[in-house]
Amino acid sequence: MDNLQVEHALDWMAKTNEKIQDNKEYLTTLDQAIGDGDHGINMARGFGEVMKKLNGEAYQHAADVMKDAAMTLMSKVGGAAGPLYGTAFLKLSMTFKGTDVDYATFSKGIEDALNGVKQRGKAEIGEKTLVDVWSAVANALRENEGFDSEVILQSAKSGMEGSKDIKATKGRAAYLGDRSIGHLDPGSVSSFYLFESLAEVINEGA
Amino acid sequence: MSYVGIVLISHSPKVVEGIKDIIRQVIHDVPIELAGGTDENEIGTSIEKIQVAIDKAYSEKGVLLMYDLGSAKMNAEMAIEMSEKDNIKIVEAPLLEGSYVAAVESGMNKSLDEVVKALEKGF
Repeated sequence: MDNLQVEHALDWMAKTNEKIQDNKEYLTTLDQAIGDGDHGINMARGFGEVMKKLNGEAYQHAADVMKDAAMTLMSKVGGAAGPLYGTAFLKLSMTFKGTDVDYATFSKGIEDALNGVKQRGKAEIGEKTLVDVWSAVANALRENEGFDSEVILQSAKSGMEGSKDIKATKGRAAYLGDRSIGHLDPGSVSSFYLFESLAEVINEGA
Repeated sequence: MSYVGIVLISHSPKVVEGIKDIIRQVIHDVPIELAGGTDENEIGTSIEKIQVAIDKAYSEKGVLLMYDLGSAKMNAEMAIEMSEKDNIKIVEAPLLEGSYVAAVESGMNKSLDEVVKALEKGF
């Protein structure tokens, strides 16, 4: 895969939606342990709406797919994941706009999305949030020179697993302090599904 | 006469309704609009509800947004970014006590900056 085309972007969202729906209960269980217990429900509702929106439109450019995903997630998710994922996809859309989404553009998009999420949530790396996964992937993309599914999958996985043994200092889990240690961060897990889906799209498009 | 408007944002519709009742016992003229819960009135917050509340509470003196927990603040920030108005501010203060003080200050015909200053000093 040299460019992220419209069909890749659509497939990426569809695969992410499948994983979110399949793991709705798991995400909720994770969130019940250290949050408010609604991450699975909120993400499932949000991505369900994203698919409804995307299936009803004809797209010319990946940027427009990302933009519609962003707007839908912002208005339909309800919890913190709405503004955070909404911001991430909006940044991707802005970076992709008006250009072929080659590797350099894609890589910059993820970097911009990461910075958008950090700014929106006032979060940094190591606070047990989805920033940990997005920054691991952004770093890996920066150090490579082409769409590589294994690089994306492994970096996202390490970011997700790294969230387990640290203490939450942002988000609802921060109220629990040390009790948050030993639990996976639900937002990091849903972000992992997003990047795992991307890796699958790259594999199939290669 | 116009007053600084106040928008109460909470994860729960009941929370903001209750706070408005408490404030209205004392302050009658200050616009207070509510953005509690999601579009389906479940627990969460809604950018759209916040936008509508801002429009309703708005006067030339501006609007102050008060919120409860993290994601409410993020949605409040996005609602401000999407609106085309500029004198809207978010304050870090306890939702109930802060909103009460804000309503009292606004009712004394203070400016948006003065209300914000009173809240920053008080909490």
